[in-house]
Amino acid sequence: MTGLRFGLALAASALALGVAQAQEPKKGGTVHVVVQPEPPMLMQGLNQNGPTNMVAGNIYESLLRYNEKLEPQPSLAKSWEISPDAKVYTFKLQEGVTWHDGKPFTADDVVFTLDKFLREVHPRWRPIVNAQVDKIEKVDDLTVKITLKQPFGPMIMTQEVASAPMIPKHIYDGTDYRANPANNTPIGTGPFKLKEWKKGSYIHLVKNENYWLKGRPNLDEIYWQIIPDAAARAVAYETGKVDVLTGGSVDVYDVARLSKLPNTCMTTKGWEMFAPHAWLTPNVRNGILGNKQFRQGLMYAIDREFGREVVWGGLGKLPTGPISSKTKFYSDDVPKYAFDPKKAKELIKASGYKGETIRLLNLPYGETWTRWTEAIKQNLEDVGVKVQVENTDVPGWTQKASNWDFDLNFNFLYQLGDPAMGVARSYITSNIAKGNPFANVGGYSNPEVDKLFADAAIAPTDKERQELYTKVQKVLADELPVLWLLEMDFPTIYRCNVKNLVTTGVGVDDGFRDAWKE
Amino acid sequence: MNLAQFLAGRLAKGIVVLFAIAVLNFFLIRAAPGDPAQVLAGEAGAADEQLLIQLRERFGLDQPLLTQLWVYLKGYLTFDLGFSYRQQQSVLSLILDRLPATLLLTGAAFIVSLGLGTLMGALAARRAGRWQDSVITTLALVFYATPLFWVALMSQIVFSLKLGLVPNVGYESIGANYTGLARALDIASHLVLPALTLGLFFTALYARMMRASMLEVAGADFVKTARAKGLAPGLVSRRHVARNAILPVVTLAGLQAGQLVGGAVLTETVFAWPGIGRLMFDALVQRDYSVLLGVFFMSSAMVVGFNILTDIVYRLADPRIEAVS
Repeated sequence: MTGLRFGLALAASALALGVAQAQEPKKGGTVHVVVQPEPPMLMQGLNQNGPTNMVAGNIYESLLRYNEKLEPQPSLAKSWEISPDAKVYTFKLQEGVTWHDGKPFTADDVVFTLDKFLREVHPRWRPIVNAQVDKIEKVDDLTVKITLKQPFGPMIMTQEVASAPMIPKHIYDGTDYRANPANNTPIGTGPFKLKEWKKGSYIHLVKNENYWLKGRPNLDEIYWQIIPDAAARAVAYETGKVDVLTGGSVDVYDVARLSKLPNTCMTTKGWEMFAPHAWLTPNVRNGILGNKQFRQGLMYAIDREFGREVVWGGLGKLPTGPISSKTKFYSDDVPKYAFDPKKAKELIKASGYKGETIRLLNLPYGETWTRWTEAIKQNLEDVGVKVQVENTDVPGWTQKASNWDFDLNFNFLYQLGDPAMGVARSYITSNIAKGNPFANVGGYSNPEVDKLFADAAIAPTDKERQELYTKVQKVLADELPVLWLLEMDFPTIYRCNVKNLVTTGVGVDDGFRDAWKE
Repeated sequence: MNLAQFLAGRLAKGIVVLFAIAVLNFFLIRAAPGDPAQVLAGEAGAADEQLLIQLRERFGLDQPLLTQLWVYLKGYLTFDLGFSYRQQQSVLSLILDRLPATLLLTGAAFIVSLGLGTLMGALAARRAGRWQDSVITTLALVFYATPLFWVALMSQIVFSLKLGLVPNVGYESIGANYTGLARALDIASHLVLPALTLGLFFTALYARMMRASMLEVAGADFVKTARAKGLAPGLVSRRHVARNAILPVVTLAGLQAGQLVGGAVLTETVFAWPGIGRLMFDALVQRDYSVLLGVFFMSSAMVVGFNILTDIVYRLADPRIEAVS
């Protein structure tokens, strides 16, 4: 028994070091995974919801994968070259790749996907391709060349599977994409194929026997089970119905308990690409919230460590600014805000606050958020700020946030691997637009910040980019356009005999290519 | 008034009611904040104006409200319940996919609660004031007062996790590929907890109703006469008391039957039962208008239908009713 445990511990530490081949993978087996909530569809080009990505990331593939350090790895692109002027990206494709329907995957599919399909429908790829890309061409059947208008450092980070899934040209070209009946029977190049989707119960993926990477995947089948209640999901894991509880699928207070069960492993890895960053957005259009001293006062008033330690069960890390410490270009050379109610009171007094009621919009994503709202309300009232909490459901929240109908609003956003993609959008003037809860909804506008972000996106070298991002972090941490609360961790809980589950920067989302079961 | 006339009248009324409900539903759900395009965009974690415009056009939300109402009503007149663009499937097929699971669950709960409830009520009435009565009425009170979600979770922890008797969630063992009898038994084992949980509340209602109603009838003159004739107590109980006491229970059963389609939202959610209730709840959270309207309509049709059926059962149980109506 001790020997076995020791062996498991060894395997786990080998995983942690990224030495994936410590043990010879066993072939075959079935894994049951929780997906929550049920995805609306599995056609990843048209939908990038969290649950969609979690399942469809094993059906579709992109040119590149990213390891836990967010370094690009080969996927459908075997190799790639970046020209010395950083403007031409040449991708060499894998040989012998076929779609699930047997048709060959070629450069035509890549050009169609990036130049036509995703340009029309993908809200993250569209702005990049329209602003940065000059042309996308096929060189030969296995080579694609992307020419940029100017150097754009983040380009190499844009080819993650949810951001740029390859779409079969022979099925979609010339059709009305959103009405294509094939949307219900997704055809990708990935290691697993959709066998059956029993709505409300499960999604059944089976091994792609003709997968281009020889010897993969190891598993025969994956069942994604849909269990709407968090407590019932925990019991389902305990009774052995499911093997993997994906990030966020059980309540925070269940994480510690479940992690201690026999043959149970827990990891917070596999979220490096997304690195969810949680904060409060002050609506700077609304009176006193436009006052920097007042916002700084709020920041000193909030006991962020209490939120991390108690509300989030000790998961996550306190952020210092807009960029997550898990991603590139982070800098901690910024003004910092420790919990200091006395200082908070002084700043709030100096700001000219006259007791106006501040409406705090709760994020309706479950109990944990509600408790966080209550804790912060208490913090703010302790320093004399009047707070009124507003509760609504998810569509109600989306509408209020999108239409700037709040004073303080909770939110958390993905960093998407590069500040140009996941960070700038919350602070730049050009992204102040209604209709999208993830735009710059607080309305903060500062020409200096706009310029720093714009220059940093297209600066030719990482060193120059770092200098600009260091500067912008300093400015933003002083101005506080949003109050950063937590670098969130979403723990994946799984049976230890499921190996190699989390090996990339998007974790379970594309994890089953290499996973195996002992 | 004969049965055919009665039925025709009730049906005509039912259709008017359904039409009114359909129109009301349409405006009701649009009074809720947000729309399906916004929800989809919000869930994606990224969106721009163009995506919202594309989605609204797809959902037909760019049309004037009255045009949308007209399209919706016109569809219903031709038995077309519309299309869910979110799920890329017709509403009718979504509902029909889920219907068997829900009917199995609510039907099982209906039979269990009706059978068990009337039995408990009758027993309590016959033993009124004695210990059996106390046990039954106390139990009924507990069933009646305990919140459903608490019972649901507790039963999972006790019967699935601690005792390992039955599975806690789902409709069948996923990936087991059972067929025939083995599959039926597998589904039955999954059915135990949700059906009992859902049935508890109504069991309590039936028991209390039956007990009260039987005690009331037991004091009536014709029962005294029956006893005076020297009939056996059991026979008096069954023939004279129970048959007359059953009417309020039939009313209640009609009410419960009306909820066969839409009344199990919570149970289905906690037990991951793939039925209509969850379809409706998900559609509500996602503002999937066409699905929501479809389920609302089916549920109201069930209620109207079972009300008519209840009236017919009244006449069978008690022929005196015909003269009054």
